[in-house]
Amino acid sequence: MKMVIVAGTPGSGKTAVLIHALQNINEIGLKSAVVKIDCLYTDDDRKFAKINIPTKVGLSMDMCPDHYAIYNLEEMINWADENQAELLVIETAGLCHRCAPFTENSLGVCVIDATSGPNTPLKVGPFLSTADIAVITKGDMISQAEREIFRERILEVNPNCKIIEANGLSGQGCAELADEFMKSQEVSLDQEKLRHSAPLAVCTLCVGETKVNKKYHRGILRRIDGFQSYEGE
Amino acid sequence: MIEEITIIGGFDKLGNPEPVKKAMIKKGEIFGVVGPTGSGKSSLIGDIEQLSQEDTFSKRKILVNGKTPSYEDRTNPRKKMVAQLSQNMNFLADMTVGEFLSLHAKCRGAHSKCVNAVVELANTLTGEPIKKEHDLTILSGGQSRALMVADVAIISNSPIVLIDELENAGIRKHDALEALAGHGKIVMVVTHDPVLALMTDKRIVMKNGGMQSVVGTTEKEKALSQKLNKIDGLMLSLRDQVRNGEVIDDIELKNLEL
Ligand SMILES: Nc1nc2c(ncn2[C@@H]2O[C@H](COP(=O)(O)OP(=O)(O)OP(=O)(O)O)[C@@H](O)[C@H]2O)c(=O)[nH]1
Ligand SMILES: Nc1ncnc2c1ncn2[C@@H]1O[C@H](COP(=O)(O)OP(=O)(O)OP(=O)(O)O)[C@@H](O)[C@H]1O
Ligand SMILES: [Mg+2]
Ligand SMILES: [Mg+2]
Ligand SMILES: [Zn+2]
Ligand SMILES: [Zn+2]
Repeated sequence: MKMVIVAGTPGSGKTAVLIHALQNINEIGLKSAVVKIDCLYTDDDRKFAKINIPTKVGLSMDMCPDHYAIYNLEEMINWADENQAELLVIETAGLCHRCAPFTENSLGVCVIDATSGPNTPLKVGPFLSTADIAVITKGDMISQAEREIFRERILEVNPNCKIIEANGLSGQGCAELADEFMKSQEVSLDQEKLRHSAPLAVCTLCVGETKVNKKYHRGILRRIDGFQSYEGE
Repeated sequence: MIEEITIIGGFDKLGNPEPVKKAMIKKGEIFGVVGPTGSGKSSLIGDIEQLSQEDTFSKRKILVNGKTPSYEDRTNPRKKMVAQLSQNMNFLADMTVGEFLSLHAKCRGAHSKCVNAVVELANTLTGEPIKKEHDLTILSGGQSRALMVADVAIISNSPIVLIDELENAGIRKHDALEALAGHGKIVMVVTHDPVLALMTDKRIVMKNGGMQSVVGTTEKEKALSQKLNKIDGLMLSLRDQVRNGEVIDDIELKNLEL
């Protein structure tokens, strides 16, 4: 099974470019299946169903969507297998900016919206810095100069990624992306590892504490002045 | 060296093959792109900017010197063959004019001295002066446009220049075109303005998303274009007078010698 993991901020155009790329893959004759991981709500399954691709939705609710995606990789691969798919595409809302769901042998794709401003690549963290491919969308809405600066900023964060400038409306650039999907390698979960370890964050807030006063908090606590401590046993 | 580009026709909005199967533009030529609003003018030059390879909805293919350009040639801004002034009227980037121009100069491998030259040129095209300390996003439509023109002319110094609707936003269009269309370049100008359209060598006529025909500018039209320039000059001087709060009491039509 080939596995492509697509991460990107909400509304960045992940589904739009995937629809074009997967239509291309359909034409080549490779069967694909899509899992959409989101937090609270998504209607992406309806969009993928329109192009006749088997789709499954997972809602992580109050859990980090990337953690949720990682815990469920095996189920997703089994489900894709049942649907006779040779390519599994996982679209995930990269909301937490500290996690990245990419595994070593999957193809890691980060979709990033060019209208979000040239500082965005510096802010989004590991889902860009550990990606194999950065897809820049909505370039049609800004000047060529801004596009070029955006591109340079992405390379500052991830000098080794391949950049694809794509348009989710016209489909331009999506054939290039489909090509990369086709080139990606087979993944077997047995020895598969994450590229980026999940972040340091184990505290009482993580397990549901709602009181804000410091005296209620235990675990790894970092102060705004940079001082960090471990409170507890 | 880029000697020519070739546009291989694709399909219009209805999926019919474009009547123009092939159009070639040579070094030193200025091509116009004309047609009603929504007829696909911007999409056509967008295809050229991306050096599309049947990967947009028009399915056009663009050749450079008769050959398919490499992926590197299509995407690396340092090697970029195309400079484009798009139809966008405003900047979205959250930085100052100076920072923006320095970054762009760095991307394009241009000298940092360019920054001052761009601001100077922009200020010859627009009304209220632009300063390096200004935030990009507070510039007016006309100021943004003037800065985009100057940036394309000086920093994005590419052999192919694409210009989308120079006439909007009230900047000095003749000066802007002169700054953009340097010698020995391949230039395409999208326009609704007959003065600009008749200044070109040939024009592509768009309809329904497809290239309908390529019309050569006739000798008669070239002569007409001189006259139109005079009318345009009159309009421009009137515009400046009105802008400066003057009262107009007469127009000297006789001086036009039509
Ligand atoms: N102008 C423009 N709009 C685009 C482009 N790509 C996507 N869009 C629009 O952006 C909006 C969001 O696109 P989606 O594909 O739903 O984004 P997403 O990343 O899948 O969003 P979530 O799944 O909700 O996180 C839609 O209205 C698209 O039509 C593009 O290249 N240019
Ligand atoms: N060959 C084509 N096939 C399908 N759709 C097309 C084609 N060409 C253009 N379109 C669509 O038509 C719409 C209008 O095109 P475009 O913006 O290029 O028009 P325009 O001539 O530049 O208009 P304006 O004068 O208002 O700027 C766009 O949404 C574009 O996606
Ligand atoms: Mg989506
Ligand atoms: Mg247009
Ligand atoms: Zn997380
Ligand atoms: Zn916590």
